[in-house]
Amino acid sequence: MSVRDLLRVHGKPTREVYLDNENSGWVPKEVVEAMLPYFNSIGYGHPSITNRPGWEAFEVLEETSELIAETLRGDKEDVNFVHSGTEANNLAIVGSAKANRGKGRKIIVSDIEHYSVLLPAISLEELGFKVVRAPVDERGFVLADVLSELVDRETLLVSVGMVNHEIGTIQRMRELVETVKDRNPNAIFHTDACDAYARVPIDLSRLDVDMLTLSSHKILGPKGAAVLYVREVEVQPILRGALSSQTLWPGVENVPAIAGFRKAIELAFNDLEEKVERMASLRDFLIDSITSSVSDCMLNGPSGRERAPDNVNISFLRVEGEALTVELSMRGVYVSSGSACTSRILEPSHVMLAIGRKHEEAHGSLLLKLTRYHELEEMRYVSEQVRESVERLRSISPL
Amino acid sequence: MSTRVPLPYTPKVLELFRNPRNLGRIDDADAFAQAGSPACGDVISIYLRIGEGDVIEEARFESYGCAANIAAASILTEMVKGKTLREAWSVEWKEVADELGGLPPVKRHCSILAVGALRRAIRRYYGERRPDWLPESLTSVEKQALEEEEMIERLYGRGTLR
Repeated sequence: MSVRDLLRVHGKPTREVYLDNENSGWVPKEVVEAMLPYFNSIGYGHPSITNRPGWEAFEVLEETSELIAETLRGDKEDVNFVHSGTEANNLAIVGSAKANRGKGRKIIVSDIEHYSVLLPAISLEELGFKVVRAPVDERGFVLADVLSELVDRETLLVSVGMVNHEIGTIQRMRELVETVKDRNPNAIFHTDACDAYARVPIDLSRLDVDMLTLSSHKILGPKGAAVLYVREVEVQPILRGALSSQTLWPGVENVPAIAGFRKAIELAFNDLEEKVERMASLRDFLIDSITSSVSDCMLNGPSGRERAPDNVNISFLRVEGEALTVELSMRGVYVSSGSACTSRILEPSHVMLAIGRKHEEAHGSLLLKLTRYHELEEMRYVSEQVRESVERLRSISPL
Repeated sequence: MSTRVPLPYTPKVLELFRNPRNLGRIDDADAFAQAGSPACGDVISIYLRIGEGDVIEEARFESYGCAANIAAASILTEMVKGKTLREAWSVEWKEVADELGGLPPVKRHCSILAVGALRRAIRRYYGERRPDWLPESLTSVEKQALEEEEMIERLYGRGTLR
């Protein structure tokens, strides 16, 4: 079987709208241009070596750390670069648990965490840690009183994502962090903020989290750069290797990707509020347009100000989501689904099940994640293509 | 050791997904059966019109499922058209997968489900008049379709669509 033949049969649609920014994404030209010099003009050295190209590389790390600290109202010394959000979350969970293993054995994660938080946590059970999954309500909120019940003196670590990657729920973070710290001041609080960064305000001068994850590709930066922000908490490296400019992560930093990340941050935070408003209005147009034109569908997650401005997630009954992603792909609309068939393990999205969706509702879910670059006209096109695709697949179905 | 997960689709799967052959129900079908469950995310219905000498004159399908599921059901109806029921019975899920240019392990159940639905239709067609070549006990493919449905019934306590 050849991918080339598959692509030939698929063809190149005349009109394309990319809405799979959850999984990977398109990168603006300015970001790519900001990366290019670092491959062969400047800063191509190792940032921890004492030569000019190395120092130029180090400068990229310094400046990007400063910029990130500024956007978070945090401290640049707390910024650690890694290569992906998955790596950052693994480091946060496994690295902090191992470094603090004498202080407690209980790890609490929300039921709707990204797999890069859930699976490392579960892997720690082999070492004698106990993982407790905090349930969420039907809109994906972790409730403070529920969390409060779970936190005890044995609780070492709590991880709750700031914005859910699938259904866009914006957690009431301050309340959750305060609840945990009230119950156990020594408990470490980690938040995966990949889907929150450049979408909802993050102010670390007022939010007492100990660790926070950011990812470049989630804000239209290149893949290959991410950050684990670590405050006064012990974390031990989970990879071992040669020197690096940071003690938490061995190996050479991906300087061109970090330079791209820096540019992506600059672009995203320039008139941030206006961009967020723009995305939210595109989101609401798309949600209204689809739910009013397609029968038997339901929005997953909260709406309005409680929902991430870029997130649209809708379940269509009597349609299998993976077939829907393929149908839409051939129409040039690129999205993903929480269907079991899109996963390698043939299980529907754990997030959908956690908010109480039935299996068949999870199988029929579509995730569309837009950007500030999208146009209203594209949302109209997408809505129309979704309606036609759902109709076509329902006409094939015996249900 | 390769750890790469194979692509789910061949060009043939995509072609059949785009333009499925033999799509739609036969209202007065001589044989009909369904396999799978909505909770599992895949259901296949097979409809047969049967003529002289137990020859399949027309075979059609409906599918709720992924692209591979739709393609597997479609290619199976294409494969059994013009065959006797006995010949159709002997079509194995591997042959269906081969006709599609191959299915990766994660999608094999699609062809198993298609064959399961076909065999269920054939078995039901004969009912008490079971010919000698038709095994009395369920074949593994039929069992697999049944197991999937029973598992869902156990898990969710819901009636399936058989």
